[in-house]
Amino acid sequence: MIPRPFEYHAPTSLNDAVKLLGDLGAEAKLLAGGHSLLPMMKLRFAEPAHLIDLGRIDALRGIGIDGQVIRIGAMTTENELVWSELLQQHCPLLVEAARLISDPQVRYMGTIGGDISHGDPGNDHPALMICLDATFVLRGPQGERTVKAVDGFFLGTYTTALAPDEILTEIRIPIPAEGSGWCYAKLKRKTGDFATAATAVLLRMKGGQVEDVSIALTNVADTALKARDAEGHLRGKRLDEAAIGEAARLAMAICQPAEDLRGNVEYKTAMAGEMTRRALRTAASRVH
Amino acid sequence: MAKKTVVSFRLNGVETDVMVEPRELLIHALREQCVHTGPHIGCDTSHCGACTVDFNGKSVKSCTVLTVQAEGAEIITIEGMAQGGELHALQEGFMQEHALQCGFCTPGMITRAYRLLKENPSPTDEEVRYWMAGNLCRCTGYQNIVKAVQYAARKLRGEAVETSHPLLEEAGKPSEPVTA
Repeated sequence: MIPRPFEYHAPTSLNDAVKLLGDLGAEAKLLAGGHSLLPMMKLRFAEPAHLIDLGRIDALRGIGIDGQVIRIGAMTTENELVWSELLQQHCPLLVEAARLISDPQVRYMGTIGGDISHGDPGNDHPALMICLDATFVLRGPQGERTVKAVDGFFLGTYTTALAPDEILTEIRIPIPAEGSGWCYAKLKRKTGDFATAATAVLLRMKGGQVEDVSIALTNVADTALKARDAEGHLRGKRLDEAAIGEAARLAMAICQPAEDLRGNVEYKTAMAGEMTRRALRTAASRVH
Repeated sequence: MAKKTVVSFRLNGVETDVMVEPRELLIHALREQCVHTGPHIGCDTSHCGACTVDFNGKSVKSCTVLTVQAEGAEIITIEGMAQGGELHALQEGFMQEHALQCGFCTPGMITRAYRLLKENPSPTDEEVRYWMAGNLCRCTGYQNIVKAVQYAARKLRGEAVETSHPLLEEAGKPSEPVTA
């Protein structure tokens, strides 16, 4: 319950935050919503000497559209995603999934950027970002760079491509094609729990066949996974039960879940298959 | 030990200063320094919601906020719900619908429901359950909490309210003189 002592910093501009992080180096951690970091500090799993609170930097908040891209500030909270009419209209997958993250109080505080930066395979946004082909804007002392979620941003449990002196500032999501189907199917023991297994699907049909499909898996490996073989199997095919079944089998083939209180390897793998089948069926029903 | 700093916020409408180490959790400042001991601590993993307070128009679990983050904040706790001795509709609803037993989750439940009804004055029962999911209760089984929130919602909308609990309805009436 009681964290170790630390120094607290509350910069009001992104430049100040980047400079502080550069100066304090590995001793410092960024404080966003605080709903992963503070719990770890309360259990003394994390003992940073400095916290840099990003909560007073307005430039890191908000959801907007820029051409064909949805831009989401890293400090945008989960409830802001849930309540966003812009997202409901242009990217309902993200709304459906955010509703399945934690509970109301946590969603008032927890941010999309923090969920991504934490690099916990249990978190939901990593697979969503892979499914939606998101690009992350990272800001460091040398300036800005961008990394795509699918191109190795998620490296391992709690490990991402973020350098110690970088801040994730923005998430850029290409607006899914008009008429795309979508689904986030999440199996969990109760409201607020991390997934036993979950699958995100974005689906485009043309002439009764799969024109394009994106499939990503949550919490069945040390990072979120893109199910490339399953996607490849479905492209150009009718989405019948045989094709869905084979896609689920191919998704299961890449699972390497950790055994824990949510179940053993076999159970989680089987559930990843079942979530994939359900997500594909639901996404298909939403194509228009 | 890190240096202590002064943090100023409005607590139930009253300008309040506390002096804290950066690591001090808001729930501890509220309970131990401000002696607002209604918000409770029921876990150390941010699940139970017993510590819920209204923080700049958001329901937050004050066990997962640092006091230093509250600089300039507007905070409402259960102690700020009643006005001029009149119970808030939610407090009345929890009483009338028998929505508490041990009372440990109640301050967090009511503070959470306060924000829920501001955001959605006419929730369905399913919406009440979904948007109250950050608050655990060991005693009630939740059923009467849903009824209490609906009671308060009706009252806040200006509709007639009556308890769904026959015994409590009886108890709410002036009592008959008892004869031996």
